Amino acid sequence: MSTSAKPLANTRSGTGIVSAKLITWWVIASEIVIFGGLLAAYVMHRIGHPEWADSASHTLTWAGAFNTFVLLTSSLCAVLAHQAADAHDGPKAAKLLRLTSLGGLIFLIVKGYEWSVDIHEGFVISSGGFWSFYYTLAGLHGLHVLAGMIIMLIVASDAAKNQELQRVECIGLYWHFVDIVWIFLFPLLYIAR
Amino acid sequence: MSADLQHHEPGIFQKYFWSTDHKMIARQYLFTGMAMALIGGFFAYVFRMQLGFPNHAVPGYGIVTPARYNALVTMHGSIMIFWVAMPVLIAAFGNFLIPLMVGCDDMAFPRINRLSYQIFLLSALVLLSSFLVKGGPFGGAWTAYPPLSASGAYNLTPIGATLWLVAVALEFVAFLLGGINFTVTAMNSRAPGMKMYDVPIVVWMIVLASVIFMASAGPLIAGAVMLLFDQTMATGFYDPTRGGDPLLWEHLFWFFGHPEVYVVLLPAMGIVAEIIAVFARKKIFGYKTVLYTTWAVGFLSFVVWAHHQFVAGIDPRMANIFSITTLLISVPVTEMVFLYVATLYGGSIHLDTPMLWALAFIAEFMIGGVTGIFLGSSGTDIYLHDTYFLIAHFHYTFVPIAIIAVFGGLTFWYPKMFGRMLNEKLGKIHFWGTVIPFNVIFIPLFITGIAGDQRRIYNYALFAEQARPPLQHLRTTATVALLVMLSFQLVFLYNFFTSLGKGKEAGPNPWRSATLEWTIPSPPPHGNFVEMPTVYRGPYEYGLPGHPEDFVAQNVPDSALVGEVEA
Amino acid sequence: MLERYLSAASTYAHWIDYQFILIAVIVGFWLIAAEGMMFWLIFKFRARDGRPTQYITGEEPHLKRWISIPHYLIIVCDIVILAGAITVWYQIKQVMPPADAGAVVRIIGQQWAWSFQQPGPDGVLDTADDIRSVGELHVAVNTTYHFELMSRDVIHSFSVPAFRLKQDGLPGRTISGWFRPNRVGTYDIQCTQMCGIGHALMAGRIIVETPQDHAAWMLRNSNSTVAQQQAPASPAAANATTMAEVRR
Ligand code: HEA
Ligand code: HEA
Ligand code: CUA
Ligand SMILES: [Cu+2]
Repeated sequence: MSTSAKPLANTRSGTGIVSAKLITWWVIASEIVIFGGLLAAYVMHRIGHPEWADSASHTLTWAGAFNTFVLLTSSLCAVLAHQAADAHDGPKAAKLLRLTSLGGLIFLIVKGYEWSVDIHEGFVISSGGFWSFYYTLAGLHGLHVLAGMIIMLIVASDAAKNQELQRVECIGLYWHFVDIVWIFLFPLLYIAR
Repeated sequence: MSADLQHHEPGIFQKYFWSTDHKMIARQYLFTGMAMALIGGFFAYVFRMQLGFPNHAVPGYGIVTPARYNALVTMHGSIMIFWVAMPVLIAAFGNFLIPLMVGCDDMAFPRINRLSYQIFLLSALVLLSSFLVKGGPFGGAWTAYPPLSASGAYNLTPIGATLWLVAVALEFVAFLLGGINFTVTAMNSRAPGMKMYDVPIVVWMIVLASVIFMASAGPLIAGAVMLLFDQTMATGFYDPTRGGDPLLWEHLFWFFGHPEVYVVLLPAMGIVAEIIAVFARKKIFGYKTVLYTTWAVGFLSFVVWAHHQFVAGIDPRMANIFSITTLLISVPVTEMVFLYVATLYGGSIHLDTPMLWALAFIAEFMIGGVTGIFLGSSGTDIYLHDTYFLIAHFHYTFVPIAIIAVFGGLTFWYPKMFGRMLNEKLGKIHFWGTVIPFNVIFIPLFITGIAGDQRRIYNYALFAEQARPPLQHLRTTATVALLVMLSFQLVFLYNFFTSLGKGKEAGPNPWRSATLEWTIPSPPPHGNFVEMPTVYRGPYEYGLPGHPEDFVAQNVPDSALVGEVEA
Repeated sequence: MLERYLSAASTYAHWIDYQFILIAVIVGFWLIAAEGMMFWLIFKFRARDGRPTQYITGEEPHLKRWISIPHYLIIVCDIVILAGAITVWYQIKQVMPPADAGAVVRIIGQQWAWSFQQPGPDGVLDTADDIRSVGELHVAVNTTYHFELMSRDVIHSFSVPAFRLKQDGLPGRTISGWFRPNRVGTYDIQCTQMCGIGHALMAGRIIVETPQDHAAWMLRNSNSTVAQQQAPASPAAANATTMAEVRR
């Protein structure tokens, strides 16, 4: 069965939003409730345990801040990639997408460095309530960064051939979502006292 | 037209395991769900035999130890909900019906659809594999409350507990993918002319169920990650000695768990609506009102969860709020049921097998529903919580949903799925042989519940009040009735499999139904519609005055109608 | 109604039973009405040759009434049920009538037994004359008790069906409640929360005694020197009962 041929169902658009974009929004919606559940649980616990602020003070705030900057910059690249795709400039979009995933890579490297510092100081996932949430939230977010990067590279390789350009916008939307999750995580994990 | 039509003949593997065709994926879900139903039913047989005839070796199983009993109950509950009700009601019917009923050739994202089934199959295998590991399968109930579920030292099934959790999480991922696909397909891929209120109720219901699932499952997925880390990485999310809180899991679980019961209820309601309309030859009484009540149920289902936790140690003042919302949700559900009953008014009711199942669904579900009121009333729930009254309540909802409505849907769409008719006589024998014993199983259990039988007990010998002989008689009665019910399932299986080859040819529209799936050959060809349909009217135009036929299909243009009337 | 199936041995057992009957009457009426209506319609409108079906959308006012009137009536019924439910709940779970002197009991659940700690003759918990027992709880009739429920390991649920009493006990929390037995006798204690492989073995007995019997039991069992001075019972016997209470 051919994989390139699309069913008619895929090309229709009863809502006026193309299906690829619609499904991206639904995926993001279902991710929001996952992160929402975890974040709500964390915030409730954090309010109940003021002493967690001590643990939080051991996080590397500068690394978190730097990563925030990296992600924001990469999101900008994703926007530019979308513009390029709209202008039907596939190769340019691909280049910008690769740049975006480079941002993701830097993010993960910094994250890895941070975690190794934390672990050397003796703070592992089982070191207490705060650390459990810290590693779980950041870990789940990191996985999303990784998944986003992989998908982005696949989309980029298609885009370079001027194929499936509508996907550039979708992966960009997803990347903004990952970015926004981090914007919530950074203050809640690193700064809140 | 889809380029897929000029496909080369696929191999067996390609056709049955790697297909992206929604009809094949529907069958995969259906047969997997049926196999799991037999497993879940077998477990019910084993533990009911232990309850009916305590400490006798169960034929086909052996002695049921306390640990095994717990594991069987846990697996029965988990399998029936997550691997029978969900895949059959939502995935099998959703996959089969949505593209056909909205008039397109496939799901909007066929490969995501295939992936969804594959993850689902994997989840079922992971679950079943827990029977092979050291310690056996998880026995801490389908609700898996920590700290019991979080620590192998407490539950004594460290591997089984993790496998259960991973299986449930995978199943969720499968249904998120599937549900998103359903939603996008129903929103975007409808035939030209099919407006929001021309969509058949069953499609609405499956899509809304998917949306409710999506909105409620997220927090539990987060909760499952935390539980997994508690099990495997020594975190303390649910461990009070380390700053965690076991009640957090209960909230996350029921925030999902309660909407989940409506996630399975809605598709069943949808199936029943289709059947009633066809066999009463009637428009659904108040199509829009049905949808409004569904939205109300969907919304309210998110604010009732703590009625499962009245006596769980939550702030007692909260119980009042949740008691109010719980009784409130009974209003739209009641209204929905009444609308279905009202649909019968003025009809011309044909009692074929699918209609018998649909009517039995309503009759039985009402009993399950009203007993929910006793539980929703916080005062009485103090006593009834976790007794067999509760067990009987939810079997009077789940069995109508996952067994009765499913049989209704299967007998109704069987001709469309397989191109042949089921045997009507065997169908009726199976119907009575299922519905009568069902009541004989669970009415006695209401009584043992009122008499104080608590759930998840393998043997009541230690409880003097519960060990009284009259109660044991009731338990034995229930077990015997289950044996009868199970034996009648053989009739169904025989009918199902022999009719595949020997049944009467169905033709495109054996029930003279007005929705789009009946305008094409049975079974539908690859690509479904030879000529893509355009929709001109609602799905339930039965008995339209001044029209010679007693129904008008959705794709009949108004011009053709006028012509006929004049002719 | 419930008493036909299980005796009622606490003051609030009857409140719950009355609420149960109230609901049974209200929803019973609706259930019978709805089922009756349905079967009547099935019979009345069974397919017959030459009788066409009617084209009804459900928007017709004179027919819509058949849905909207029940709709409002059900809301009224719900309010009645709720009023009862919340009253009963409030009395049982939200307020604590003052306990009689010395009538407190600490209930501890653990895999898989209930243990109890009651004050001895001094009437105060956590003193040397406390009475500890496993699997068996002795209380005096017509006495209002307060309990403190806790758990050592996983979640358990302390349930005395004859009292219509049920409350989960969680590790890390102490949950208080009350009960007032009003009938002498021996009743079951259940654990109603799945707590591991021994969940079904976590049975206990609650023995409701006359005040005299209860006082005598207390003297026999209080194992402190204080108590022994007041009532010189054989120390060996006292120790034997406290330690070796039934572990089922
Ligand atoms: C799909 C399944 C399903 C459905 C549809 C329902 C529907 C309802 N359920 Fe049920 N429920 C379960 C499955 C379901 N439930 C399960 C599985 C559990 C236990 C889980 C566990 O612990 O393992 C449970 C547990 C449960 C509890 C917790 C009890 C406890 O743990 O102590 C409560 C309490 O409020 C409750 C209430 C209700 C109510 C009010 C409805 C309402 O939606 C019902 C509304 C319907 C009607 C009311 C019937 C039609 C109306 C009439 C005939 C008119 C008369 C009506 C009135 C006058 C109001 N259910
Ligand atoms: C959809 C949900 C569902 C269904 C259908 C059933 C069906 C049945 N259940 Fe189950 N049950 C649960 C969900 C369900 N149950 C849950 C959630 C629990 C709680 C678990 C826990 O405490 O953790 C539970 C617990 C439970 C208990 C309590 C155990 C205890 O607490 O100690 C009992 C006791 O009798 C019981 C009995 C039965 C019986 C006799 C049936 C019979 O109706 C079964 C008959 C079986 C069949 C009829 C299958 C035949 C199938 C075919 C022929 C294939 C047909 C194909 C399709 C249907 C697609 N169940
Ligand atoms: Cu303790 Cu069940
Ligand atoms: Cu519920």
